[in-house]
Amino acid sequence: MRWHVSSATIALALATLAAGCGSPGGDSADTAEQADQDAAKTVSKPDVAAAGDVTLTVWDQEVRGGQAKQIKQLNEAFQQEYPNVTIKRVAKSREDLDKTLKLAVSGDRAPDVVQANQGRPVMGTLVKGGLLTPLDPYAEAYGWGDRYSSLLLDLNKFSSDGSEFGSGNLYGLSQVGEIVGVFYNKTKVSEPPATLDEFEQSLAEAKQEDDIPIQFGNLDKWPGIHEYETVLGQTASKQQVRDFVFARDGASFDTPEFEAAAEKLSGWADEGYFTPDFNGTGYDPAWQQFAKGEGRYLIAGTWLTADLAEQMGEDVGFMLMPGSEAGAEPVALGGEGLPFAVTSESEHPDVAAAYIDFITNGEAATVLAETGNLPAMPVDESAIPDGLPSEVFAAWGTLSEADGLIPYLDYATPTFYDEISASVQELLAGKRDPAEFTSGVQAAYGKFVEAQ
Amino acid sequence: MSGPSTIPSSAVALPRSVEGPASGDEALPGGTRAHARPPGEPRRIGYLYLLPAFVVFTAFVLVPLGHSFWLSLWEWDGITPATWVGFDNYADVVSDPALRRAFGHALVLIGFYALAPVAIGLLLAGLLARVQVRGLAFFRTILFLPQVIAMVVVAVMWRMIYDPRNGALNELLRSVGLGSLAQSWLGDFDRALPSVGLIGTWVMYGLAMVLLTAGVQKIPPSLFDAARVDGAGIVREFFAVTLPALRAEIAVALTLTTIAALRNFDLVYITTKGGPGDATSVPAFQVYSRAFESGQVGSASAIGLTLTVIIFAFSFAINRIAERGGSR
Repeated sequence: MRWHVSSATIALALATLAAGCGSPGGDSADTAEQADQDAAKTVSKPDVAAAGDVTLTVWDQEVRGGQAKQIKQLNEAFQQEYPNVTIKRVAKSREDLDKTLKLAVSGDRAPDVVQANQGRPVMGTLVKGGLLTPLDPYAEAYGWGDRYSSLLLDLNKFSSDGSEFGSGNLYGLSQVGEIVGVFYNKTKVSEPPATLDEFEQSLAEAKQEDDIPIQFGNLDKWPGIHEYETVLGQTASKQQVRDFVFARDGASFDTPEFEAAAEKLSGWADEGYFTPDFNGTGYDPAWQQFAKGEGRYLIAGTWLTADLAEQMGEDVGFMLMPGSEAGAEPVALGGEGLPFAVTSESEHPDVAAAYIDFITNGEAATVLAETGNLPAMPVDESAIPDGLPSEVFAAWGTLSEADGLIPYLDYATPTFYDEISASVQELLAGKRDPAEFTSGVQAAYGKFVEAQ
Repeated sequence: MSGPSTIPSSAVALPRSVEGPASGDEALPGGTRAHARPPGEPRRIGYLYLLPAFVVFTAFVLVPLGHSFWLSLWEWDGITPATWVGFDNYADVVSDPALRRAFGHALVLIGFYALAPVAIGLLLAGLLARVQVRGLAFFRTILFLPQVIAMVVVAVMWRMIYDPRNGALNELLRSVGLGSLAQSWLGDFDRALPSVGLIGTWVMYGLAMVLLTAGVQKIPPSLFDAARVDGAGIVREFFAVTLPALRAEIAVALTLTTIAALRNFDLVYITTKGGPGDATSVPAFQVYSRAFESGQVGSASAIGLTLTVIIFAFSFAINRIAERGGSR
């Protein structure tokens, strides 16, 4: 075989020339200033009925069970109320949406409303690229500030250049809330522990009885973040965690409080408080074991509520991880669903904003509750279902009132998910001790802060 | 693993001719043909026939390749204006320990995806050359099945098999009294990579076997008879007749399986997501994660191109070695 090296090189060079005209990402127009001006505007409530015939393209990922039901119902209701508006819905799975969103929004025919995940990787990048419209004027006009607790709004905020997360302009609203809390088996835990010490005692008891204290499967890498942060909420102050996630000045991962949480968690692993071989067990098999009655506790998100209630009936309860003192203000990991945002390319931002208002108002909350979702905003009491969901609703109410939510750590930097999930696996396998864990994660985080 | 390691050496040890042009020319007496005008239309017009295919090839292979190269020279998050970094992304491939580990893992996987399956395939082919098996087509189909199943399905299935608690593998070990060997296959830092690799062996050996048994059937029986008359035992016969005759098939099998090993993504993505820690992280997984998850498009392109070059080098080397030994 002979190689025509020269012609291959020429072909490649030609292809390079053909492909590479100008730097990727286009020109750096000053979009930030424009965004700030837009954010400072005042508008009155848009009059949708007077907007003429409008087609609103909406990209969402509300494709599963109750999620799909509520969005269909609300879309229909919106079109009934405003017959001049047609909603063109493009439903995608969560993964699919995350992967195609950037291309779609930066393309020529961008959708009007999109669900853009919180945090720097998705929403932050879109804001930096000037691709989303600040919603502050509409928030003023519709009174969205009263609808949500402050953290829930902060999570959807960015400075106009995308550099600061958790403050600045509001870029989206979410429909549903979620908490990572503790599900417990009521046949084994008659009285939910009131303090972290009591919780640990209960773990020790379960171990003695040869039961699995905490069902946990970490093969998928991300569940470890939830375990760690649920404990972190009890050892560190909520402000500390928020400052870290929002990368505020002086925030650090390498603090005694963050290390204490790592210490506790790796201690639990050493004591055998988790499912044996948890790093090799999938997330689904782990919670399914719990649903079958094996294990005392399950640290997991409220997205499992419906499944657990269906399989365990009366035998399952939900609580927030107790603090170190009884009656302490509750702190729990949690957040809200993917926010609905308006693209800057949209020709009907007013209608888009009205749509977002419509799917997050009080009536929408009722629809959400009735379709088995946990609305992020206050909900009419009559709409709250019985059984396990009522405990979840109550916990959400308490948390909102106390402003006790702490955001997911992996929002912190674009690559933080990889760092933290791999590091927790190493911590729990004893590959890193708690001090190495916190300093290692901080080193990766420090690189990002420096680059900012 | 002794089988595969002998392939290159035995191939090289065979008598080799002086490097010649393409094998088709050798049949003709040298000299006369070099001066004669080739039959048919002149060369320049001949190239025109290549044009349609070349246009398609350019549009769908060369341009994307060139574009990836262009992107690899930038630090780009996919949206906002990019920063020119020259060859820094390539320097990272070499200097970043995490990426180096990922490439190391890919090399380890070659052992599981390429060498082991070809060794197993050779063993089966050697046996089949010796004995007549009734219902051969049936067994071949069964053994080839893993190759037919979609990789995603394979991965999901093996994830279940490897489940520490209810997985088939550990259940089997426990049921035959080897419960002490039952373990967390995908969750252990040292065992995860071999466990993923074994799935690759399972998928790939069928392909190697079908290629090699087909090759064995094409060997003239007289060669075997001659070897036997000379008093060759089964081992001697394998190394003297079967192995040399299968050179071309071995090269094809090694090329295909090595490429599969190096570009392996789906298995890792579904079984371990590169974990625990980064114990099973591989380059293709890094390409995906950087380009689509963490907004490092330039770095992803650089890794992808590096991987392309490595794959190219491997398949070139394999074919070169096989050919050199083959042109007797």
